Amino acid sequence: MFELSPEEWTAIMLSLRIAITATICSLPVGIAIAWLLARGNFWGKGLLDGIIHLPLVLPPVVTGYLLLIWFGRKGVIGAFLYDVFGISFAFRWTGAALACAVMSFPLLVRPLRLSFESIDRRLEDAASTLGAPPFVVFLTVTLPLALPGLIAGTLLGFAKALGEFGATITFVSNIPGETQTISAAIYTLTQIPNGDAAAARLVIVSIIIALIALVASEWLSRRAGQRFHGE
Amino acid sequence: MLAVNVKRTLPNFTLDVAFSGDGIIALFGPSGSGKTTIANVVAGLVQPDTGHIAIGDDVLFDSVRRIDVPAHKRRIGYVFQEGRLFPHMTVSRNLDYGRRMNGLPHNNSDRDRVIALLDLGSLLARRPGRLSGGERQRVAIGRALLSKPRLLVLDEPLASLDAARKGEILPYLERLQAETLPMIYVSHQPDEVKRIADQVVRIEHGKVAAAGSIDLLG
Repeated sequence: MFELSPEEWTAIMLSLRIAITATICSLPVGIAIAWLLARGNFWGKGLLDGIIHLPLVLPPVVTGYLLLIWFGRKGVIGAFLYDVFGISFAFRWTGAALACAVMSFPLLVRPLRLSFESIDRRLEDAASTLGAPPFVVFLTVTLPLALPGLIAGTLLGFAKALGEFGATITFVSNIPGETQTISAAIYTLTQIPNGDAAAARLVIVSIIIALIALVASEWLSRRAGQRFHGE
Repeated sequence: MLAVNVKRTLPNFTLDVAFSGDGIIALFGPSGSGKTTIANVVAGLVQPDTGHIAIGDDVLFDSVRRIDVPAHKRRIGYVFQEGRLFPHMTVSRNLDYGRRMNGLPHNNSDRDRVIALLDLGSLLARRPGRLSGGERQRVAIGRALLSKPRLLVLDEPLASLDAARKGEILPYLERLQAETLPMIYVSHQPDEVKRIADQVVRIEHGKVAAAGSIDLLG
């Protein structure tokens, strides 16, 4: 039974490509936003926090629909990106990556923010008295100390991006080879006769990928944490 | 010569001090008198409202001329009460941090000298989590020295240690006198100050109560 068909392989590889792209692209933004939320004291901080968490509580269809309106070829942002940079999201795998990035963003930001908040800021003062300019302090002290949160956030976000369904299918539809991820393929297979065996194979694959991501995240975070306590 | 004349007002505390001197200056006084704040102001970690701070002809802060050299450009080595070693780096990398940040060339003889001075040789590969309190403070002193500061600030470096550990560190602090490096030594222990300092500035309630030689301590 466990022979994956070329179509199934395509969906798996596409899912991985979309999830990896989404995670890598949202990581720098996520780090910046997490740091701002942990350290910043500015007007509208609560609002920013709320907007970031919105995809977590909104129906995914709503998020997907909003992306379609804004980032579609005729959308305000989508038209601008296409005219100026030639970047197109509509019905493309890049759009799926954008949807996954938005949906997984709160999961990426939250552990990172908690890590930033728990760092002893007096260590940063110590670094500056030793001659490190602020951004170097961030790179050599703050970010390495936030490593457990960075790992947890990255892998949680990746796992979420891998399984995203509602926003993606609403925004970029379900096109085999372009936007049909594992989730979308399973959905399609459940809608056709004799699709059960193929659906079951993809279900097993997605469970395995998700488990690997979660276990790896736990293990890496624990290792990073141990390093700071003396190993 | 270090010259400090600063004022900083907080809702329930006012710091208003002026002192100057060479060699090892002890800031002596009860806890809560503002000694650590003075150390932080000199190091550039806390900004005073008004005043002037200079080492020789180098002005670090001047509210009238709007000069405020940021902490990372002041070249002031700071040994904190709690060490504040970087937990994610080995002792060796902690020691080298200041040299790397200041873009100073490798200087093995200097590094070896400081390691010998503070007996750090056997600790180099360890992480701070595996050091005793006394060892941590020795590494912190070494780290500050190796950043090649023009002034060393020690804020109650013995306060977090028990009596036995204090006895263990004091000889190392006395060895620092041979470094001919200007220092500010913050403490509320007269016996420590007598052993280490050249002159004493007594701080009380955020003001200089007296200043002079160590005879001031009686």
